[in-house]
Amino acid sequence: MTDAARPPHPASARRASADAASAHPALHADVVVARGEARIAAAFDVAPGHPLAVIGPNGAGKSSVLAAIAGLVPLEAGRVRIGARSIDGLPPERRRIGVVFQDYVLFPHLTVRDNVAFAARMRGGRAPARTTADPWLERYGLTSLAGRYPAELSGGQAQRVALARALAADPEVLLLDEPMSALDVEVRAEMRAELATHVREFGGATVLVTHSPADAAALADSVLVLEAGEVTQRGTLDELRAAPATPYVERMLAASAD
Amino acid sequence: MAESTTRTPTARPWTPSGTAPGRLAWPVAVVAGVALAVLVLPVAALVVRAPWADLPELLARESVLQALVLSFSTATVATAACLVLGVPLAALLARAANWPTLPRRVLRAAVTVPLVLPPVVGGIALLLLLGRRGPIGRVLEEWFGVTVPFTTGAVVLAQVFVALPFLVFAVEGALRSADRRTELAAATLGASRWQVFRFVTLPLVAPGIAAGAVLSFTRALGEFGATITFAGSLPGVTRTLPIASYLAMQSDPDEAIALALLLLAVSVIVLLGLRDRWLPGVRA
Repeated sequence: MTDAARPPHPASARRASADAASAHPALHADVVVARGEARIAAAFDVAPGHPLAVIGPNGAGKSSVLAAIAGLVPLEAGRVRIGARSIDGLPPERRRIGVVFQDYVLFPHLTVRDNVAFAARMRGGRAPARTTADPWLERYGLTSLAGRYPAELSGGQAQRVALARALAADPEVLLLDEPMSALDVEVRAEMRAELATHVREFGGATVLVTHSPADAAALADSVLVLEAGEVTQRGTLDELRAAPATPYVERMLAASAD
Repeated sequence: MAESTTRTPTARPWTPSGTAPGRLAWPVAVVAGVALAVLVLPVAALVVRAPWADLPELLARESVLQALVLSFSTATVATAACLVLGVPLAALLARAANWPTLPRRVLRAAVTVPLVLPPVVGGIALLLLLGRRGPIGRVLEEWFGVTVPFTTGAVVLAQVFVALPFLVFAVEGALRSADRRTELAAATLGASRWQVFRFVTLPLVAPGIAAGAVLSFTRALGEFGATITFAGSLPGVTRTLPIASYLAMQSDPDEAIALALLLLAVSVIVLLGLRDRWLPGVRA
């Protein structure tokens, strides 16, 4: 599908009225999370339109950082701001942070349309929710799947639904937790390119958790390396290659060189 | 990519060679046939021997209608009580998965015991607790002038005692299999705590609650041992369908068969209603 053939971005009408800078605030995160005995600490800013990839070995605490920003686990210390708005005291439903969960976690009892319409339905009424969902379904090529249930979707289709569901809530910040890990290897490259397009169109501050440098290269402008609960390096992939700060960074980049 | 999580299809379970699928050794088939006969023949006999011509007259009898009304009303109240009491207990049991071993096992055993206990034993136990000389029964009688045994309330209590575990385990299973992350996802989409419960948690466990309620209802409807021990057999007060059917067998077998057919009809309706949706083992 070419860009010209696509229907307009469902949120573009609203955004057009606001100037670009104020429509997309930056994310300022400084979080300390307890996980069992261990503590995970990470501080970073993410500018709108410049996605950050949090990368690190399994168990480094990457997902915990995302959960803390979204308000799904309590903060031990630190703060989270979106633009000038402090959100660390708010419950998740009032943070305006969209999350694409690992394995997508679609609502199994709702159709694709009702999954995408969920946020609008929480704000009021089933009928307006459906009207809100339709442009998103069209945009993500889901119109023909609108009546299906999540169990009847392929991995790639589920990813589209998860992203449409999160963005239809009109979030200010988008978090993606291992968005490619549930996909078969054959479709991963294609879906990665598609996801990169959608993330670019969203235009807001975006944080992506992955353990794949290929995902980071395609989806993010810069990389934050998290090892054993600590940030060990931050920069672009090129900067990391030029001066890897730890053996893990070196190994990871070497393994992805092929 | 170094750490890509490749999803290769897992190998099919090893099947012993020599046994063609779909074919049984003949002794197995014979025994299976006998087992089937044990299950089916009694029910068939009931249907065949039923006095169909006299059925309208038999079912219109005062004693039959009395038992019918009593059974359905007590089983309905008992099911409602099971829902009110059982859903929170199921939530506790599902949560107990993270507890230390000993309290977890004690809790689970407490819910399981009524399931495996002969109902008569349950009836005796209820009588010992709530009878005139029982620790709670005496207090109720002396302070409030309330006597529980041999009342319609006792019928409901006996039914709740035997039926509650069915509801608890059905709902607990549903709660445990529901992915808690769906609730978190709902919250990130702007759902309040009440909305999360109303639009995500409840729909996800509703089939379990419905299955548990239906199982509880049928179990309560069929209750005999605990009821006759704890509540007796007073016509119109505690004489439920199974008890009326048992007693009629000694004086008027046709009436007993009519009552039994009623209970059978209810069971069949329940089975058709549940089918494969809620009872994966019973695909009709």
